[in-house]
Amino acid sequence: MDGVRSLIDYMLSRVDEIITATGEHLWYVIATLVTATIISVSVGIWVRHRPFPREIALGIASVFLTLPSLALFVIFIPLTGLGFMPAYIALTMYAILPILRNTVTGLNGVSPAVLESARGMGLSNVQRLWKIELPLAWPVIVTGVRVSMLLTTGVASIAVLVGGGGLGDFILSGLRRLGLPNSFEAMWAGTLLIIALALVLDAIFIFIRRFTTSPGLR
Amino acid sequence: MPEALIKLEKVSKTYPGTQIPAVAELDLEIYKGEILVLVGPSGCGKSTTLRLINRMIEPTGGRIYFEGEDVTDVNPDQLRRKIGYVIQQIGLFPHRTIAENIATVPQLLGWDKAAIDARVDELIETVGLDPKIHRDRYPKELSGGQAQRVGVARAMGADPDVLLMDEPFGAVDPITRDRLQNEFLRLQQELHKTIVFVTHDIDEAIKMGDRIAILQEQSVIAQHDTPERILAHPKTKFVEDFLGSGATLKGLNLMRAGEVELDDVTTIQAPTSRDAVLKAIESSGGQWVLMLDEKGIPKRWLDRRSLDTTDSLDQAGKAVQVTVEPEDTLRDALEKMLQSAVGTACCVNPDGSYRGVVRVETLVALIDQLQTAERDRQAAMS
Repeated sequence: MDGVRSLIDYMLSRVDEIITATGEHLWYVIATLVTATIISVSVGIWVRHRPFPREIALGIASVFLTLPSLALFVIFIPLTGLGFMPAYIALTMYAILPILRNTVTGLNGVSPAVLESARGMGLSNVQRLWKIELPLAWPVIVTGVRVSMLLTTGVASIAVLVGGGGLGDFILSGLRRLGLPNSFEAMWAGTLLIIALALVLDAIFIFIRRFTTSPGLR
Repeated sequence: MPEALIKLEKVSKTYPGTQIPAVAELDLEIYKGEILVLVGPSGCGKSTTLRLINRMIEPTGGRIYFEGEDVTDVNPDQLRRKIGYVIQQIGLFPHRTIAENIATVPQLLGWDKAAIDARVDELIETVGLDPKIHRDRYPKELSGGQAQRVGVARAMGADPDVLLMDEPFGAVDPITRDRLQNEFLRLQQELHKTIVFVTHDIDEAIKMGDRIAILQEQSVIAQHDTPERILAHPKTKFVEDFLGSGATLKGLNLMRAGEVELDDVTTIQAPTSRDAVLKAIESSGGQWVLMLDEKGIPKRWLDRRSLDTTDSLDQAGKAVQVTVEPEDTLRDALEKMLQSAVGTACCVNPDGSYRGVVRVETLVALIDQLQTAERDRQAAMS
Protein backbone atom coordinates (compact mmCIF):
# COMPACT_ATOMS: atom_id res chain seq x y z
CA MET A 1 0.00 0.00 0.00
CA ASP A 2 2.89 2.31 0.63
CA GLY A 3 3.93 1.83 -2.95
CA VAL A 4 0.53 2.88 -4.22
CA ARG A 5 0.43 5.91 -1.93
CA SER A 6 3.86 7.07 -2.98
CA LEU A 7 2.91 6.57 -6.64
CA ILE A 8 -0.18 8.72 -6.13
CA ASP A 9 1.86 11.36 -4.30
CA TYR A 10 4.40 11.31 -7.09
CA MET A 11 1.76 11.83 -9.74
CA LEU A 12 -0.11 14.51 -7.77
CA SER A 13 3.05 16.50 -7.37
CA ARG A 14 3.69 16.44 -11.10
CA VAL A 15 0.27 17.14 -12.63
CA ASP A 16 1.67 19.80 -14.94
CA GLU A 17 4.39 17.50 -16.26
CA ILE A 18 1.87 14.72 -16.73
CA ILE A 19 -0.49 16.94 -18.72
CA THR A 20 2.34 18.15 -20.96
CA ALA A 21 3.69 14.65 -21.54
CA THR A 22 0.22 13.20 -22.20
CA GLY A 23 -0.44 16.00 -24.67
CA GLU A 24 2.80 15.25 -26.49
CA HIS A 25 2.04 11.55 -26.49
CA LEU A 26 -1.47 12.13 -27.79
CA TRP A 27 -0.16 14.40 -30.48
CA TYR A 28 2.14 11.61 -31.69
CA VAL A 29 -0.73 9.19 -31.86
CA ILE A 30 -3.06 11.57 -33.68
CA ALA A 31 -0.47 12.86 -36.18
CA THR A 32 0.71 9.33 -36.88
CA LEU A 33 -2.75 7.87 -37.35
CA VAL A 34 -3.92 10.65 -39.63
CA THR A 35 -0.82 10.33 -41.83
CA ALA A 36 -0.79 6.54 -41.83
CA THR A 37 -4.52 6.36 -42.59
CA ILE A 38 -4.21 8.71 -45.54
CA ILE A 39 -1.23 6.78 -46.92
CA SER A 40 -2.66 3.32 -46.27
CA VAL A 41 -6.18 3.97 -47.55
CA SER A 42 -4.86 5.66 -50.68
CA VAL A 43 -2.45 2.82 -51.38
CA GLY A 44 -5.13 0.27 -50.47
CA ILE A 45 -7.56 1.80 -52.96
CA TRP A 46 -4.93 1.82 -55.67
CA VAL A 47 -3.86 -1.80 -55.18
CA ARG A 48 -7.30 -3.30 -54.51
CA HIS A 49 -7.69 -4.79 -57.96
CA ARG A 50 -3.97 -5.13 -58.70
CA PRO A 51 -2.69 -8.32 -57.11
CA PHE A 52 1.00 -7.79 -57.80
CA PRO A 53 1.36 -4.21 -56.47
CA ARG A 54 -0.84 -5.29 -53.57
CA GLU A 55 1.59 -7.99 -52.47
CA ILE A 56 4.50 -5.57 -52.82
CA ALA A 57 2.78 -2.88 -50.77
CA LEU A 58 1.82 -5.34 -48.04
CA GLY A 59 5.35 -6.78 -48.12
CA ILE A 60 6.97 -3.39 -47.63
CA ALA A 61 4.57 -2.51 -44.83
CA SER A 62 5.37 -5.83 -43.15
CA VAL A 63 9.09 -5.11 -43.35
CA PHE A 64 8.50 -1.74 -41.64
CA LEU A 65 6.83 -3.52 -38.77
CA THR A 66 9.66 -6.01 -38.31
CA LEU A 67 12.38 -3.36 -38.08
CA PRO A 68 13.57 -3.02 -34.48
CA SER A 69 11.93 0.08 -33.10
CA LEU A 70 15.02 1.48 -31.47
CA ALA A 71 16.92 1.38 -34.76
CA LEU A 72 14.05 2.84 -36.73
CA PHE A 73 13.76 5.82 -34.38
CA VAL A 74 17.46 6.57 -34.64
CA ILE A 75 17.86 6.03 -38.39
CA PHE A 76 16.14 9.30 -39.33
CA ILE A 77 18.08 11.58 -36.97
CA PRO A 78 20.75 12.44 -39.57
CA LEU A 79 17.97 13.59 -41.92
CA THR A 80 15.61 15.30 -39.52
CA GLY A 81 17.57 16.11 -36.38
CA LEU A 82 16.32 15.26 -32.93
CA GLY A 83 12.80 15.83 -31.63
CA PHE A 84 9.35 15.21 -33.06
CA MET A 85 10.20 14.35 -36.66
CA PRO A 86 12.23 11.12 -36.39
CA ALA A 87 9.71 9.65 -33.96
CA TYR A 88 6.77 10.74 -36.10
CA ILE A 89 8.24 9.13 -39.23
CA ALA A 90 9.10 5.89 -37.45
CA LEU A 91 5.66 5.63 -35.83
CA THR A 92 3.92 6.27 -39.13
CA MET A 93 5.88 3.46 -40.74
CA TYR A 94 4.76 1.13 -37.97
CA ALA A 95 1.14 2.20 -38.22
CA ILE A 96 0.82 1.53 -41.93
CA LEU A 97 0.54 -2.27 -42.01
CA PRO A 98 -2.61 -2.81 -39.92
CA ILE A 99 -4.50 -0.06 -41.72
CA LEU A 100 -3.29 -1.08 -45.17
CA ARG A 101 -4.04 -4.73 -44.63
CA ASN A 102 -7.52 -4.01 -43.34
CA THR A 103 -8.22 -1.56 -46.15
CA VAL A 104 -7.30 -4.20 -48.71
CA THR A 105 -9.29 -6.89 -46.88
CA GLY A 106 -12.30 -4.62 -46.52
CA LEU A 107 -12.32 -3.47 -50.14
CA ASN A 108 -11.77 -6.97 -51.50
CA GLY A 109 -14.57 -8.23 -49.27
CA VAL A 110 -17.20 -6.21 -51.14
CA SER A 111 -19.48 -8.70 -52.89
CA PRO A 112 -18.96 -8.92 -56.67
CA ALA A 113 -22.75 -8.93 -57.11
CA VAL A 114 -22.98 -5.57 -55.34
CA LEU A 115 -20.30 -4.11 -57.59
CA GLU A 116 -21.89 -5.62 -60.67
CA SER A 117 -25.30 -4.18 -59.88
CA ALA A 118 -23.77 -0.80 -59.02
CA ARG A 119 -21.98 -0.73 -62.36
CA GLY A 120 -25.12 -1.89 -64.13
CA MET A 121 -27.05 1.06 -62.70
CA GLY A 122 -24.54 3.51 -64.09
CA LEU A 123 -22.39 4.39 -61.08
CA SER A 124 -19.01 5.54 -62.37
CA ASN A 125 -15.76 4.14 -60.97
CA VAL A 126 -15.39 7.08 -58.59
CA GLN A 127 -19.02 6.89 -57.48
CA ARG A 128 -18.72 3.19 -56.83
CA LEU A 129 -15.64 3.79 -54.70
CA TRP A 130 -17.19 6.54 -52.57
CA LYS A 131 -20.77 5.36 -52.38
CA ILE A 132 -20.33 1.60 -52.25
CA GLU A 133 -16.83 0.24 -51.70
CA LEU A 134 -15.53 2.58 -49.00
CA PRO A 135 -18.73 2.58 -46.92
CA LEU A 136 -18.83 -1.21 -47.05
CA ALA A 137 -15.13 -1.55 -46.17
CA TRP A 138 -15.34 1.17 -43.53
CA PRO A 139 -15.88 -0.99 -40.41
CA VAL A 140 -12.88 -3.11 -41.34
CA ILE A 141 -10.72 -0.05 -42.06
CA VAL A 142 -11.64 1.54 -38.71
CA THR A 143 -10.64 -1.67 -36.98
CA GLY A 144 -7.25 -1.43 -38.68
CA VAL A 145 -6.83 2.16 -37.51
CA ARG A 146 -7.72 1.02 -34.01
CA VAL A 147 -5.02 -1.64 -34.02
CA SER A 148 -2.53 0.94 -35.26
CA MET A 149 -3.65 3.29 -32.52
CA LEU A 150 -2.86 0.73 -29.82
CA LEU A 151 0.48 -0.02 -31.45
CA THR A 152 1.40 3.65 -31.76
CA THR A 153 0.37 4.48 -28.22
CA GLY A 154 2.73 1.82 -26.92
CA VAL A 155 5.67 2.40 -29.22
CA ALA A 156 5.49 6.20 -28.86
CA SER A 157 7.04 5.79 -25.42
CA ILE A 158 10.36 5.30 -27.19
CA ALA A 159 10.11 8.77 -28.74
CA VAL A 160 11.84 10.19 -25.71
CA LEU A 161 15.08 8.53 -26.83
CA VAL A 162 15.25 10.78 -29.86
CA GLY A 163 14.30 13.81 -27.79
CA GLY A 164 10.65 13.72 -28.70
CA GLY A 165 9.08 13.75 -25.23
CA GLY A 166 5.80 12.04 -24.43
CA LEU A 167 4.89 9.74 -21.58
CA GLY A 168 8.06 7.71 -22.23
CA ASP A 169 9.85 10.55 -20.38
CA PHE A 170 8.72 9.16 -17.05
CA ILE A 171 9.83 5.64 -17.85
CA LEU A 172 13.22 6.75 -19.10
CA SER A 173 13.89 9.04 -16.16
CA GLY A 174 12.94 6.23 -13.82
CA LEU A 175 15.28 3.84 -15.61
CA ARG A 176 18.17 6.29 -15.44
CA ARG A 177 17.82 6.74 -11.72
CA LEU A 178 17.10 3.10 -10.95
CA GLY A 179 17.33 2.50 -7.20
CA LEU A 180 17.16 6.19 -6.33
CA PRO A 181 14.06 7.71 -4.72
CA ASN A 182 10.99 7.92 -6.97
CA SER A 183 12.54 5.86 -9.79
CA PHE A 184 9.92 3.12 -9.57
CA GLU A 185 7.15 5.65 -9.15
CA ALA A 186 8.26 7.39 -12.34
CA MET A 187 8.30 4.16 -14.35
CA TRP A 188 4.93 3.05 -13.00
CA ALA A 189 3.41 6.44 -13.62
CA GLY A 190 4.58 6.41 -17.25
CA THR A 191 3.39 2.85 -17.86
CA LEU A 192 -0.02 3.31 -16.24
CA LEU A 193 -0.66 6.57 -18.02
CA ILE A 194 0.12 4.97 -21.38
CA ILE A 195 -2.27 2.12 -20.61
CA ALA A 196 -4.94 4.58 -19.52
CA LEU A 197 -4.48 6.64 -22.66
CA ALA A 198 -4.75 3.52 -24.82
CA LEU A 199 -7.96 2.45 -23.07
CA VAL A 200 -9.56 5.87 -23.47
CA LEU A 201 -8.62 6.04 -27.14
CA ASP A 202 -9.86 2.49 -27.65
CA ALA A 203 -13.22 3.40 -26.18
CA ILE A 204 -13.40 6.38 -28.50
CA PHE A 205 -12.68 4.11 -31.47
CA ILE A 206 -15.39 1.65 -30.52
CA PHE A 207 -17.73 4.62 -30.34
CA ILE A 208 -16.61 5.98 -33.72
CA ARG A 209 -16.93 2.60 -35.37
CA ARG A 210 -20.38 2.10 -34.02
CA PHE A 211 -21.74 5.46 -35.06
CA THR A 212 -20.14 5.65 -38.48
CA THR A 213 -21.14 2.16 -39.60
CA SER A 214 -24.45 1.68 -41.38
CA PRO A 215 -26.99 -0.29 -39.30
CA GLY A 216 -27.33 -2.51 -42.34
CA LEU A 217 -23.80 -3.81 -41.74
CA ARG A 218 -24.07 -4.48 -38.04
CA MET B 1 -43.76 -4.77 -88.15
CA PRO B 2 -43.32 -3.64 -84.56
CA GLU B 3 -40.72 -1.03 -83.78
CA ALA B 4 -37.29 -2.31 -82.72
CA LEU B 5 -36.27 -0.49 -79.55
CA ILE B 6 -32.91 -2.18 -79.31
CA LYS B 7 -31.01 -3.48 -82.25
CA LEU B 8 -27.78 -5.44 -82.27
CA GLU B 9 -26.00 -5.48 -85.60
CA LYS B 10 -23.27 -8.05 -86.14
CA VAL B 11 -22.19 -7.68 -82.52
CA SER B 12 -19.19 -9.78 -81.53
CA LYS B 13 -17.19 -10.31 -78.41
CA THR B 14 -13.83 -11.99 -78.38
CA TYR B 15 -12.08 -12.02 -75.04
CA PRO B 16 -8.41 -11.06 -75.04
CA GLY B 17 -6.18 -14.10 -75.32
CA THR B 18 -8.79 -16.28 -76.97
CA GLN B 19 -9.29 -17.14 -80.60
CA ILE B 20 -12.91 -18.25 -80.55
CA PRO B 21 -15.42 -15.45 -80.03
CA ALA B 22 -17.85 -15.77 -77.10
CA VAL B 23 -20.44 -14.02 -79.24
CA ALA B 24 -20.08 -14.11 -82.99
CA GLU B 25 -21.73 -11.55 -85.30
CA LEU B 26 -25.06 -11.54 -83.52
CA ASP B 27 -28.03 -9.78 -85.10
CA LEU B 28 -30.94 -9.25 -82.75
CA GLU B 29 -33.92 -6.93 -82.66
CA ILE B 30 -35.87 -6.33 -79.50
CA TYR B 31 -39.31 -4.84 -80.02
CA LYS B 32 -40.89 -2.19 -77.89
CA GLY B 33 -43.01 -3.65 -75.09
CA GLU B 34 -42.10 -7.31 -75.55
CA ILE B 35 -40.47 -9.80 -73.24
CA LEU B 36 -37.69 -11.40 -75.24
CA VAL B 37 -36.22 -14.44 -73.54
CA LEU B 38 -32.69 -15.54 -74.33
CA VAL B 39 -32.48 -19.19 -73.47
CA GLY B 40 -29.82 -21.80 -74.06
CA PRO B 41 -27.51 -24.29 -72.41
CA SER B 42 -24.88 -22.93 -70.06
CA GLY B 43 -21.88 -21.49 -71.82
CA CYS B 44 -23.85 -20.49 -74.91
CA GLY B 45 -23.15 -16.83 -74.28
CA LYS B 46 -26.66 -15.71 -73.34
CA SER B 47 -25.50 -13.71 -70.31
CA THR B 48 -22.67 -12.24 -72.35
CA THR B 49 -25.20 -11.21 -74.97
CA LEU B 50 -27.37 -9.53 -72.35
CA ARG B 51 -24.40 -7.71 -70.89
CA LEU B 52 -23.37 -6.46 -74.31
CA ILE B 53 -26.63 -4.52 -74.52
CA ASN B 54 -25.82 -2.22 -71.61
CA ARG B 55 -22.13 -2.56 -72.38
CA MET B 56 -21.20 -4.20 -69.09
CA ILE B 57 -19.11 -6.08 -71.61
CA GLU B 58 -17.71 -3.97 -74.40
CA PRO B 59 -18.29 -5.51 -77.81
CA THR B 60 -15.26 -6.06 -80.00
CA GLY B 61 -17.25 -5.64 -83.17
CA GLY B 62 -20.62 -4.55 -84.53
CA ARG B 63 -23.01 -1.78 -83.54
CA ILE B 64 -25.66 -1.45 -80.83
CA TYR B 65 -28.67 0.80 -81.39
CA PHE B 66 -30.94 2.01 -78.60
CA GLU B 67 -34.07 3.96 -79.57
CA GLY B 68 -32.62 4.36 -83.03
CA GLU B 69 -29.42 5.92 -81.74
CA ASP B 70 -26.02 4.29 -82.10
CA VAL B 71 -24.87 3.77 -78.51
CA THR B 72 -21.81 1.66 -79.25
CA ASP B 73 -19.51 4.51 -78.26
CA VAL B 74 -21.50 6.72 -75.88
CA ASN B 75 -20.56 6.99 -72.19
CA PRO B 76 -21.61 3.60 -70.78
CA ASP B 77 -22.58 5.01 -67.38
CA GLN B 78 -25.07 7.39 -69.00
CA LEU B 79 -26.46 4.52 -71.07
CA ARG B 80 -26.87 2.22 -68.08
CA ARG B 81 -28.90 4.79 -66.16
CA LYS B 82 -31.53 4.49 -68.88
CA ILE B 83 -31.64 0.67 -68.74
CA GLY B 84 -32.81 -1.29 -65.72
CA TYR B 85 -30.58 -4.21 -64.77
CA VAL B 86 -31.46 -7.15 -62.54
CA ILE B 87 -29.07 -10.00 -61.79
CA GLN B 88 -29.61 -13.34 -60.12
CA GLN B 89 -27.62 -12.45 -56.99
CA ILE B 90 -29.54 -9.13 -56.88
CA GLY B 91 -26.63 -7.23 -55.31
CA LEU B 92 -28.65 -4.90 -53.10
CA PHE B 93 -26.40 -2.42 -51.30
CA PRO B 94 -26.27 -3.82 -47.75
CA HIS B 95 -25.36 -0.48 -46.14
CA ARG B 96 -28.34 1.31 -47.61
CA THR B 97 -32.02 1.05 -46.73
CA ILE B 98 -34.54 -0.33 -49.19
CA ALA B 99 -35.63 3.22 -50.01
CA GLU B 100 -32.03 4.33 -50.59
CA ASN B 101 -31.38 1.31 -52.77
CA ILE B 102 -34.38 2.06 -54.95
CA ALA B 103 -33.45 5.74 -55.09
CA THR B 104 -30.01 4.98 -56.54
CA VAL B 105 -30.60 5.86 -60.18
CA PRO B 106 -33.04 8.75 -59.57
CA GLN B 107 -30.34 10.25 -57.35
CA LEU B 108 -27.70 9.81 -60.02
CA LEU B 109 -30.02 11.56 -62.44
CA GLY B 110 -30.48 14.43 -59.98
CA TRP B 111 -34.20 14.14 -59.26
CA ASP B 112 -35.39 16.33 -56.40
CA LYS B 113 -36.03 14.74 -53.04
CA ALA B 114 -39.83 14.90 -53.07
CA ALA B 115 -40.00 13.23 -56.47
CA ILE B 116 -37.61 10.50 -55.33
CA ASP B 117 -39.59 9.85 -52.14
CA ALA B 118 -42.85 9.55 -54.02
CA ARG B 119 -41.30 7.28 -56.63
CA VAL B 120 -39.75 5.03 -53.96
CA ASP B 121 -43.07 4.52 -52.18
CA GLU B 122 -44.83 3.89 -55.45
CA LEU B 123 -42.28 1.26 -56.48
CA ILE B 124 -42.27 -0.52 -53.12
CA GLU B 125 -46.03 -0.88 -53.50
CA THR B 126 -45.76 -1.87 -57.13
CA VAL B 127 -43.67 -4.90 -56.26
CA GLY B 128 -46.09 -5.92 -53.52
CA LEU B 129 -44.33 -4.68 -50.40
CA ASP B 130 -45.52 -2.15 -47.84
CA PRO B 131 -43.68 1.19 -47.83
CA LYS B 132 -44.54 1.74 -44.17
CA ILE B 133 -42.88 -1.52 -43.18
CA HIS B 134 -40.08 -1.94 -45.68
CA ARG B 135 -38.96 1.56 -46.62
CA ASP B 136 -36.37 1.93 -43.88
CA ARG B 137 -35.36 -1.70 -43.57
CA TYR B 138 -31.95 -2.93 -44.61
CA PRO B 139 -31.43 -5.70 -47.19
CA LYS B 140 -30.29 -8.20 -44.55
CA GLU B 141 -33.76 -8.04 -43.00
CA LEU B 142 -35.47 -9.25 -46.18
CA SER B 143 -36.33 -12.77 -47.28
CA GLY B 144 -35.01 -14.00 -50.61
CA GLY B 145 -38.27 -13.28 -52.39
CA GLN B 146 -38.55 -9.81 -50.89
CA ALA B 147 -34.97 -8.99 -51.82
CA GLN B 148 -35.68 -10.07 -55.39
CA ARG B 149 -38.74 -7.79 -55.49
CA VAL B 150 -36.65 -4.89 -54.22
CA GLY B 151 -34.08 -5.70 -56.89
CA VAL B 152 -36.76 -5.34 -59.55
CA ALA B 153 -38.05 -2.13 -57.93
CA ARG B 154 -34.54 -0.71 -57.89
CA ALA B 155 -34.04 -1.53 -61.56
CA MET B 156 -37.24 0.37 -62.33
CA GLY B 157 -36.16 3.32 -60.16
CA ALA B 158 -36.00 5.96 -62.85
CA ASP B 159 -38.74 4.35 -64.94
CA PRO B 160 -36.49 3.01 -67.71
CA ASP B 161 -38.15 1.73 -70.86
CA VAL B 162 -35.91 -1.29 -70.91
CA LEU B 163 -35.15 -3.93 -68.30
CA LEU B 164 -32.35 -6.45 -68.65
CA MET B 165 -32.85 -9.45 -66.39
CA ASP B 166 -30.19 -12.11 -65.97
CA GLU B 167 -31.79 -15.22 -64.44
CA PRO B 168 -33.65 -12.91 -62.05
CA PHE B 169 -35.63 -15.65 -60.35
CA GLY B 170 -32.93 -18.29 -60.42
CA ALA B 171 -31.86 -18.12 -56.79
CA VAL B 172 -35.21 -18.51 -55.02
CA ASP B 173 -37.17 -21.62 -54.14
CA PRO B 174 -39.63 -22.97 -56.74
CA ILE B 175 -42.78 -21.73 -55.01
CA THR B 176 -41.41 -18.23 -54.54
CA ARG B 177 -40.09 -18.25 -58.11
CA ASP B 178 -43.52 -19.12 -59.40
CA ARG B 179 -45.11 -16.28 -57.44
CA LEU B 180 -42.47 -13.79 -58.56
CA GLN B 181 -42.99 -14.83 -62.17
CA ASN B 182 -46.75 -14.33 -61.85
CA GLU B 183 -46.36 -10.97 -60.16
CA PHE B 184 -43.93 -9.90 -62.78
CA LEU B 185 -46.25 -10.88 -65.62
CA ARG B 186 -49.09 -8.93 -63.98
CA LEU B 187 -46.78 -5.95 -63.59
CA GLN B 188 -45.75 -6.14 -67.21
CA GLN B 189 -49.37 -6.01 -68.33
CA GLU B 190 -49.60 -2.56 -66.77
CA LEU B 191 -46.14 -1.26 -67.51
CA HIS B 192 -45.35 -2.57 -71.01
CA LYS B 193 -41.62 -2.40 -70.50
CA THR B 194 -39.27 -3.80 -73.06
CA ILE B 195 -37.60 -6.72 -71.35
CA VAL B 196 -34.70 -8.95 -72.23
CA PHE B 197 -34.77 -11.94 -69.96
CA VAL B 198 -32.05 -14.58 -69.69
CA THR B 199 -32.72 -18.06 -68.37
CA HIS B 200 -31.46 -21.58 -68.86
CA ASP B 201 -34.89 -23.01 -68.03
CA ILE B 202 -37.02 -23.66 -71.11
CA ASP B 203 -40.20 -23.84 -69.03
CA GLU B 204 -39.54 -20.38 -67.62
CA ALA B 205 -38.75 -19.15 -71.12
CA ILE B 206 -42.06 -20.43 -72.47
CA LYS B 207 -43.96 -18.96 -69.55
CA MET B 208 -42.34 -15.53 -69.57
CA GLY B 209 -41.52 -14.91 -73.19
CA ASP B 210 -43.53 -13.12 -75.86
CA ARG B 211 -40.71 -14.27 -78.08
CA ILE B 212 -37.88 -16.65 -77.36
CA ALA B 213 -34.43 -16.75 -78.86
CA ILE B 214 -32.84 -20.14 -78.41
CA LEU B 215 -29.09 -19.70 -78.45
CA GLN B 216 -26.43 -22.26 -79.15
CA GLU B 217 -22.68 -21.89 -78.83
CA GLN B 218 -21.22 -18.45 -79.51
CA SER B 219 -24.69 -17.00 -79.15
CA VAL B 220 -25.72 -18.21 -82.57
CA ILE B 221 -29.50 -17.98 -82.70
CA ALA B 222 -30.89 -21.44 -83.36
CA GLN B 223 -34.46 -20.21 -83.49
CA HIS B 224 -36.12 -16.91 -82.69
CA ASP B 225 -39.89 -16.97 -82.55
CA THR B 226 -42.95 -17.07 -80.34
CA PRO B 227 -43.10 -19.94 -77.83
CA GLU B 228 -46.08 -21.43 -79.64
CA ARG B 229 -44.32 -21.63 -82.97
CA ILE B 230 -41.06 -22.88 -81.50
CA LEU B 231 -42.90 -25.71 -79.75
CA ALA B 232 -44.91 -26.54 -82.81
CA HIS B 233 -42.10 -26.24 -85.34
CA PRO B 234 -38.65 -26.67 -83.88
CA LYS B 235 -36.36 -25.58 -86.71
CA THR B 236 -33.28 -27.66 -86.04
CA LYS B 237 -32.18 -30.78 -84.25
CA PHE B 238 -30.53 -28.55 -81.64
CA VAL B 239 -33.80 -26.81 -80.82
CA GLU B 240 -35.62 -30.10 -80.65
CA ASP B 241 -33.02 -31.52 -78.27
CA PHE B 242 -33.07 -28.41 -76.17
CA LEU B 243 -36.85 -28.48 -75.86
CA GLY B 244 -36.37 -32.02 -74.70
CA SER B 245 -38.93 -34.74 -74.50
CA GLY B 246 -42.41 -34.14 -73.24
CA ALA B 247 -43.53 -31.63 -75.85
CA THR B 248 -47.06 -32.17 -74.57
CA LEU B 249 -46.01 -31.17 -71.10
CA LYS B 250 -44.25 -28.14 -72.57
CA GLY B 251 -47.46 -27.34 -74.39
CA LEU B 252 -49.12 -26.96 -71.03
CA ASN B 253 -46.76 -24.04 -70.49
CA LEU B 254 -48.47 -22.15 -73.26
CA MET B 255 -51.84 -22.03 -71.56
CA ARG B 256 -52.54 -20.13 -68.40
CA ALA B 257 -54.86 -21.08 -65.61
CA GLY B 258 -56.72 -17.82 -66.17
CA GLU B 259 -57.55 -18.93 -69.71
CA VAL B 260 -59.20 -22.27 -69.05
CA GLU B 261 -62.66 -22.83 -67.76
CA LEU B 262 -62.50 -23.29 -64.02
CA ASP B 263 -64.69 -25.68 -62.11
CA ASP B 264 -66.54 -24.81 -59.00
CA VAL B 265 -66.63 -26.60 -55.67
CA THR B 266 -68.88 -26.01 -52.72
CA THR B 267 -67.32 -23.32 -50.57
CA ILE B 268 -68.16 -22.15 -47.15
CA GLN B 269 -66.93 -18.93 -45.67
CA ALA B 270 -65.63 -18.45 -42.14
CA PRO B 271 -66.84 -17.78 -39.54
CA THR B 272 -68.93 -20.88 -39.75
CA SER B 273 -70.07 -23.78 -37.65
CA ARG B 274 -69.60 -27.51 -37.73
CA ASP B 275 -73.24 -27.97 -38.56
CA ALA B 276 -73.11 -25.59 -41.49
CA VAL B 277 -70.10 -27.44 -42.85
CA LEU B 278 -71.85 -30.76 -42.48
CA LYS B 279 -74.85 -29.39 -44.33
CA ALA B 280 -72.60 -28.12 -47.10
CA ILE B 281 -70.92 -31.51 -47.41
CA GLU B 282 -74.37 -33.09 -47.54
CA SER B 283 -75.56 -30.81 -50.30
CA SER B 284 -72.39 -31.37 -52.33
CA GLY B 285 -73.03 -35.07 -52.29
CA GLY B 286 -70.29 -36.00 -49.85
CA GLN B 287 -67.49 -34.27 -51.73
CA TRP B 288 -64.70 -32.18 -50.27
CA VAL B 289 -65.84 -28.67 -49.49
CA LEU B 290 -63.51 -25.69 -49.41
CA MET B 291 -63.45 -23.45 -46.37
CA LEU B 292 -62.58 -19.82 -47.03
CA ASP B 293 -61.51 -17.32 -44.43
CA GLU B 294 -63.24 -13.94 -43.88
CA LYS B 295 -61.40 -12.42 -46.86
CA GLY B 296 -62.40 -15.26 -49.15
CA ILE B 297 -58.95 -16.84 -49.15
CA PRO B 298 -59.02 -20.67 -49.41
CA LYS B 299 -57.88 -22.23 -46.14
CA ARG B 300 -58.87 -25.86 -45.71
CA TRP B 301 -60.45 -28.79 -47.52
CA LEU B 302 -63.06 -30.52 -45.38
CA ASP B 303 -64.99 -33.76 -45.72
CA ARG B 304 -67.23 -35.62 -43.36
CA ARG B 305 -64.56 -37.92 -42.05
CA SER B 306 -62.22 -35.09 -41.22
CA LEU B 307 -64.89 -33.58 -38.99
CA ASP B 308 -65.09 -36.76 -36.96
CA THR B 309 -61.53 -36.59 -35.79
CA THR B 310 -61.48 -33.08 -34.35
CA ASP B 311 -63.85 -30.40 -33.13
CA SER B 312 -61.80 -27.45 -34.31
CA LEU B 313 -62.60 -26.40 -37.85
CA ASP B 314 -59.17 -24.78 -38.02
CA GLN B 315 -57.53 -28.15 -37.70
CA ALA B 316 -59.93 -30.44 -39.48
CA GLY B 317 -59.30 -31.69 -42.97
CA LYS B 318 -56.37 -30.68 -45.12
CA ALA B 319 -54.76 -27.26 -45.32
CA VAL B 320 -54.63 -25.53 -48.71
CA GLN B 321 -50.90 -25.17 -49.06
CA VAL B 322 -50.41 -24.08 -52.65
CA THR B 323 -52.70 -22.09 -54.86
CA VAL B 324 -52.71 -21.42 -58.58
CA GLU B 325 -52.74 -17.85 -59.86
CA PRO B 326 -54.27 -16.83 -63.20
CA GLU B 327 -50.78 -16.19 -64.62
CA ASP B 328 -49.63 -19.69 -63.73
CA THR B 329 -49.23 -21.97 -66.68
CA LEU B 330 -51.21 -25.19 -66.75
CA ARG B 331 -47.96 -26.97 -66.17
CA ASP B 332 -47.55 -25.03 -62.90
CA ALA B 333 -51.15 -25.95 -62.12
CA LEU B 334 -50.42 -29.61 -62.75
CA GLU B 335 -47.45 -29.53 -60.40
CA LYS B 336 -49.51 -27.86 -57.71
CA MET B 337 -52.31 -30.31 -58.22
CA LEU B 338 -49.91 -33.13 -57.51
CA GLN B 339 -48.88 -31.38 -54.31
CA SER B 340 -52.44 -30.76 -53.28
CA ALA B 341 -53.92 -33.07 -50.70
CA VAL B 342 -57.14 -33.59 -52.63
CA GLY B 343 -55.83 -33.68 -56.22
CA THR B 344 -57.52 -30.42 -57.12
CA ALA B 345 -55.76 -27.10 -57.45
CA CYS B 346 -57.35 -23.97 -56.04
CA CYS B 347 -57.14 -21.03 -58.39
CA VAL B 348 -57.09 -17.65 -56.68
CA ASN B 349 -57.33 -14.04 -57.79
CA PRO B 350 -54.29 -11.77 -57.40
CA ASP B 351 -55.55 -10.71 -53.97
CA GLY B 352 -55.62 -14.36 -52.88
CA SER B 353 -59.39 -14.79 -52.92
CA TYR B 354 -61.07 -17.92 -54.29
CA ARG B 355 -61.66 -17.99 -58.03
CA GLY B 356 -62.33 -21.61 -58.89
CA VAL B 357 -60.59 -24.94 -59.10
CA VAL B 358 -58.64 -26.76 -61.78
CA ARG B 359 -59.43 -30.47 -61.82
CA VAL B 360 -57.23 -33.25 -63.09
CA GLU B 361 -59.98 -34.12 -65.57
CA THR B 362 -59.72 -30.70 -67.19
CA LEU B 363 -56.00 -31.13 -67.69
CA VAL B 364 -56.35 -34.66 -68.98
CA ALA B 365 -58.84 -33.46 -71.59
CA LEU B 366 -56.47 -30.70 -72.65
CA ILE B 367 -53.50 -33.03 -72.81
CA ASP B 368 -55.61 -35.30 -75.00
CA GLN B 369 -56.27 -32.42 -77.38
CA LEU B 370 -52.60 -31.49 -77.46
CA GLN B 371 -51.56 -35.03 -78.20
CA THR B 372 -54.09 -35.36 -80.98
CA ALA B 373 -52.82 -32.11 -82.46
CA GLU B 374 -49.24 -33.35 -82.13
CA ARG B 375 -50.10 -36.63 -83.89
CA ASP B 376 -51.91 -34.78 -86.67
CA ARG B 377 -48.90 -32.53 -87.11
CA GLN B 378 -46.51 -35.42 -87.34
CA ALA B 379 -48.82 -37.24 -89.71
CA ALA B 380 -49.00 -34.14 -91.88
CA MET B 381 -45.20 -33.85 -91.91
CA SER B 382 -44.50 -37.42 -92.91
